[in-house]
Formats: sequence, structure tokens, C-alpha cells
Amino acid sequence: MTSTKAMAVPPAIALAHIDKRFGPVHANKDISLEIEKGTIHGIVGENGAGKSTLMSILFGFYQADSGEIRVDGKETHIASPTDAIRAGIGMVHQHFMLVGKFTVLENIVLGAEGGFVLNSGLAKARRELERLEKDYGLQVDPDAVIDDLPVGLQQRVEILKALYRGAEVLILDEPTGVLTPNEAEHLFRILKQLKAQGKTIVFITHKLKEIMAVTDRVSVMRRGEMVATVETAATSPEHLAELMVGRRVLLRVVKSEREPERSVLEVKNLVVKDAAGTAKVDGVSFIVRAGEIVGIAGVAGNGQSELLEAITGIRPPFSGEILLNGKPLPCDPAEARAQKLAHVPEDRHRLGIVTSFDACENVILGYHGDELYQKGIFQDRRAIRSDTEKKMRDFDVRPQDPYLRLGLFSGGNQQKIVLAREIEQDPDLLIVGQPTRGVDIGAIEFIHNRLIAMRERGKAVLLVSVELDEIRGLADRVLVMCGGASPANARRRRPRSRSAS
Amino acid sequence: MEWLDLIAQVSGSAIRFSVPLLFACLAGLYSERAGVFDIGLEGKMLIGAFTAGTVAALTGSAWLGLLAAVLASVFFALLHGFASITHRGNQIVSGVAINFIAAGLTAQLGETWFKIGGQTPQLTNQERFMSLGWPFAEALRRIPVIGQVYSQVLSGHNILVYAAFLAVPLTWWLLYRTRFGLRLRAVGENPAAVDTAGISVQGMRYAAVACCGVLCGFAGAYLSIAQSAGFIEHMTAGKGFIALAALIFAKWRPIPAMWACLLFGVLDAISIRLQGVPIAGIGIVPVQLMQAVPYILTVILLAGFIGHAVAPKAGGVPYVKEK
Repeated sequence: MTSTKAMAVPPAIALAHIDKRFGPVHANKDISLEIEKGTIHGIVGENGAGKSTLMSILFGFYQADSGEIRVDGKETHIASPTDAIRAGIGMVHQHFMLVGKFTVLENIVLGAEGGFVLNSGLAKARRELERLEKDYGLQVDPDAVIDDLPVGLQQRVEILKALYRGAEVLILDEPTGVLTPNEAEHLFRILKQLKAQGKTIVFITHKLKEIMAVTDRVSVMRRGEMVATVETAATSPEHLAELMVGRRVLLRVVKSEREPERSVLEVKNLVVKDAAGTAKVDGVSFIVRAGEIVGIAGVAGNGQSELLEAITGIRPPFSGEILLNGKPLPCDPAEARAQKLAHVPEDRHRLGIVTSFDACENVILGYHGDELYQKGIFQDRRAIRSDTEKKMRDFDVRPQDPYLRLGLFSGGNQQKIVLAREIEQDPDLLIVGQPTRGVDIGAIEFIHNRLIAMRERGKAVLLVSVELDEIRGLADRVLVMCGGASPANARRRRPRSRSAS
Repeated sequence: MEWLDLIAQVSGSAIRFSVPLLFACLAGLYSERAGVFDIGLEGKMLIGAFTAGTVAALTGSAWLGLLAAVLASVFFALLHGFASITHRGNQIVSGVAINFIAAGLTAQLGETWFKIGGQTPQLTNQERFMSLGWPFAEALRRIPVIGQVYSQVLSGHNILVYAAFLAVPLTWWLLYRTRFGLRLRAVGENPAAVDTAGISVQGMRYAAVACCGVLCGFAGAYLSIAQSAGFIEHMTAGKGFIALAALIFAKWRPIPAMWACLLFGVLDAISIRLQGVPIAGIGIVPVQLMQAVPYILTVILLAGFIGHAVAPKAGGVPYVKEK
């Protein structure tokens, strides 16, 4: 539609010298950024780099301490989401801002109902929605209840919500975090479609592969500063990673050739059923040997979680056998630990840590009865503290404060604490679920190296991850789970490098 | 014929018993649907009852008594809002505090002002809401079923009774058919969604809490200047809590709330009807036991018969803007 060159048009969004502090934390340091109309602009950075703060300022959630915002070349004061919406800025949040019990239509009109009595407003919204669906290829049933929709569709509702309010600029905050690879592909197609229709898209992520796949330009943030803005075509994941972290990051895992030894874990015809009696794991058999990493791949929800829970003694199996070092493993997490099985759970918040406890207490969780931590009938606070300090040093946990509440650590550092706790027990078998979920790129490298080190020490590692690249890079053998069964059990020919996630 | 008459009488009194529950239950519905738990329904009712009794006695006007009850109850509702919405305090603690303040304040002020054992002065008929006989009620009294229903169940209540039952469809309409209701329900489910839609979460919650105050005022006024002729110390006697039980029983929906309150009303009416009457095979049941029946049944119903009641998702959680 626009025949003029992009340069002649003022940028859709121009941020100039944005500065924001939260108490002692300098979240955004003098940030300037221009986002051209009709482009997909990526913003990358590690957790806490300030990307979300910057976007929250643009969407009116926070006020900048100083600096100015221009929308279409006009200086705009954005004091609330309402102002942002009026200026044509829409946001798709990482955690969807939807009311689960409402229908799609009700969610879309919320805040833009068009009159006190809903009837006429809803009818108008329905017509408008039909038009949007046609224009952008965003089909969704307006009368479906949000809770019944898969996340991919819920996200589509979020996008429709923004478009319904007349958004010209769409900000997406970590949009693929909750999506399956297929859904993510679909989202990218939608974004390209929106771009083709002249919308401007700001895409926040920490996944470099996605930046490379969809964006036109990319801005990198590090510790509150805007480090660089580059044309996507003129950069590489390695370069971006270096800009993000501030040092060279090895995006490949280096692994030596190694012959696996005796078998450590044997799973035979395992069947695990859920509360409703459906078989979530349906007759799965495999072995994990000392000195190898076995990866379990597959789209989330295909029985991987249930398999892990059965092996670690959290969920009783329906039938089948689980042998650790040749002995049957009872369904009891404490007994499993005693038999040298360590577990880094998939959902660390639910099963791995207590966020309101300090680092010391989290480091001894599950091992709090160990001789090392006892002094008569009391706990030996000094021993616990020195042990925690040592683990924090060894695993490079920052900040190194054993009395800090775990909730105040970043995701990567929380994960390092869980890993330190489990790996330092020197287990024969380490079971790891989603080791790098919500973890920064710098910490990912560290965690991967630790897992490789376990393998080098002749330990058995069972790794479950939805990140295919992670599985490909780390695992010696890969099992693919689909609908509770594992049809494929491929032997990897030889270790190979992997690209960045 | 006699049985029908008895049933008609019990139904009529069940309706009267259920009115304060219904007002309080709908009050709780507004508040809790917006995500503010309110265990202080009892306290606000008591404040309302006391204020209504006092003002009606002093001014001689039932309507002024009602207005004063509503204002006093709204004041305490806003206090609850100030503690739990503005200052994000614990909603249960704030509610309990209001119950204690109400119990102490009404007894103390009543004794200080009127010196008749914590009561407010006896009201004359002009100072209260009296029953309204419908046309021809007396004449139709003898016609079986239709006449009995007309004259004994529908006719002969005071205006607040009709107001309570009109509040049910009104609440339904507000909740499900208006912008206000959509936002109110949204704020109780996912306040962050409301916030990002550019609506004030605090504003919505204050509005809901104020609605709750208005209805609690009605409930209290009904007790002291419609059902009775004056305020008596602790006259709510746990009705605020029964209303809360009815709210859960009704799964926070207005129409079922009405049925739940009527059910508790029926239990009340029956228990009074059966006082001192020998029951076949059991004999005379002690009055205390009969009076306890509604409470016992509440426990049983709540424990076993309501199935899975899903509370508003954001209920009890103060909204803190993050990220």
C-alpha cells in the first residue's frame, strides 16, 4: 500500500533516552530505539536485561523516569494501557491476559464493550471479529470458552483483542514460550501475514533461532542497556549471543566419544495411568547405561512427565518394571534418592524448590536428614551454610548469598541450585526434566557442560526436553514419545554439535 | 385442606426467614465475584440493623432508618475495601475485625444511648415496614391452592421482602447482561486482564464492595425495622455466615443463591413450626435441637451435596501490578 520508501515515513515507534530505575536497580539506562513501520523488530536479551521493562513503559504499565516516546513521529504521553491502546499499541503478554471462564467474544470486548448494556456491543464485536478473522486468517470460534482452548488459540485471541482495539503496533512478549513447535510455526505465519498488511510487530524473545526466522531487524539489550541494533540478515546467532552475554558463548556442546558401560536404569513395559485411568505411558521399555545421556524428545503432554514421575517414585506405575542397578526401584522418592537416583524436576517451582525458603534450606531439601547436616537433634546451621556456600561457588550461583530467598534468584540461578543439590550427591543416575526452561543463554551453556561432565564421570543421565536442539546436542541416544508410547528408539551414530536454541 | 393450610403458612414464613439471608447472600455475591472475600457480612448486617433501629426510633421514619442502615453498612464495606483493596491486607482478617467491631459497637452504643439492655426502643407500627396486604387477599383465603398461595405465600409481606426477591433478577441482569457485570466478573477471575484492558481494578472492586454494603444495609434494616420492632443485641445470630454458606452452595450465582436462601428459610420455618410438637416415634424434640437443625444441615449440605464449587479464581488475592 505504501509506495513511499520506508525511510520517508516516520518510525512507528521511536523511543528516545528512556531511563527507568526501580530503587537501586537501574532497569533501563538511556535507551533509544526506532522501530520502522511495517517491519518485525526483534528485541533479545537475557532475563533481567530490561526488555520487559522497556515494553511495559511503551504499553503504559510503568512510567519512564525520563525520556520520550514518539508514535508515528508524534510525541505521545503514555500513562496507562488505555493511552497505549489509544495510540494504536497493542500487547500480547507472556502470560495471557484472558479470563478463563469467559468466551472468546467476552474477552475481546472486555474494556471496549460499547455501552452499558452488552447486547448491541457484543453483536457489533461479533461482526468486527468476523472481518478480522477474514482479513488476517485468524480463525477462532467466538463462543468457545477460553479454558477449553489450546494455548495456541488462546494466543490468537490475545492478538485479536489487540487488533479489535485498532492496534497498528503489536508487541509480543516471549510469545513462543508456551507453544508447541507447530503452534510456533503457525504464529510466525500469522506475524508475517500481519506484516504484509502493514502492521508493525515488536517481538521479544531470548530464543535466537526465532529472531533469525521472523525478524527484519533486531535490537540486543544487556543489563539495562541497548547494546546494538542490527539487520537480521547481516548477523548470526553466535554474534547475537555474544552481544547478549557480553562474552563469547559456545553454542555447541563439546563431547568426547565414549562407549557406554553397564546398564544403570532398566525400564520394562512400563504403563502409567492418570487419575482418569487413561494410559499416559503405554508399555515403554528402554535402558540407560553408565556414561551416556539418553534423551526423551517429543511434544509436551505425550507422557514424558508421567514417565519421569513414575521413575522417580512420585507416581505409582500401573504395571511394568523399573530396575536401578539391577534392583527393583520402589515407588518412594526418598528410597529412590537413597539408591543413588537424583532428580531435577521439569517444573522446578512445583517440585524442585520452595521459593520462600532461602538458598541454604533449598540446598538441603530432601537431604535434610543427612549425617552431614546434623548436630545431635539439631540441624548444624554452620555445616549447612558452608556446604551451601561451596555449592554456590562451584555452580557459579549469583548472588552468592546463602540466606537470600530463592524466589529472588533468577530462573537460571534457581536451576543451578537445584542442579548443585542433586549432582553433588554423586548419584548413579541423574534424571533431568527441561533443564534449561526459563534459563538464560549464559546459564544454559553452564548447565549443559555440567550434564556432559556427569556423562564423562561415567554416570547415567536421562534427559527430557521439549527443546529439540538440546536433545540433539546432548544425548547419545534419543527416544521419541508420542501418545504415551515410544515408537522410535534411535541409536545416534556419533556425537554432533548443535546450534543455539 | 388443613395440610395445605399448614404448607402455605410454612411457605409464607420461610419466605420471611429467607429475606435477610437473600440480601446478605447477594451482597456477598457482588463482593466475592469481584475477588474480595467478605466474611464480614454478619457484622455489616448487625451495624445496619442497629442503625436502622436507632434512626427509625429517633426520627420516626422507617425510610430514614433504611437509608441510615445502608449508609452505615456501606461505610464499613468501604473500610473493608480500604484494608483489603487499597492496602492489600488479608481479607479474612479484615472481615473478622469488622464482625468484632460490629458486635461490640452495637451493644455498647445501644446500652449507652438507650439504657435498655443494649436494645433500641420499641418501634411503633408507623416506624417500621409493615405487611402489605394484596387486594382481595382475605376474600381469596379459602380457595384451595391458588387462593392460599395468593393470600398466604405471596400477599402479606412488607416491601423489603419484595425488594429482596426483585434484587435477584436485577443482580442476574447486572452480572450477565451489562458492562458493569462483565468487568466485575472479570476482576474476580483475572484482575491483570482487566488492568491491561485499561480498566481500574481497584475502582471495580470498590464498586463491588459498595454494592455489598448497600445490600447488607437492607438485610440489617429488615431484621430490626421490618421483621422485628427494634434492634436486639446480636440479633443477626449468624445469619451472615449462613448467607455465606448459601453463596457457596449456590456457587456464586444469583438464581441458585435465591433457592439456597429459600431452602435455609424453609428449614428455619419448619424448625420453629415443630417446636413443642411431638414427632411420631420420637416424641418432643428439644427446642435447642430444632434450632440447631439449619446449622447442622448447612454442614451436611456443604460437606456432601454441593459437589465441586469453584470460587472466583482471584478471590481473596489482593491485586498487585507486576512486570
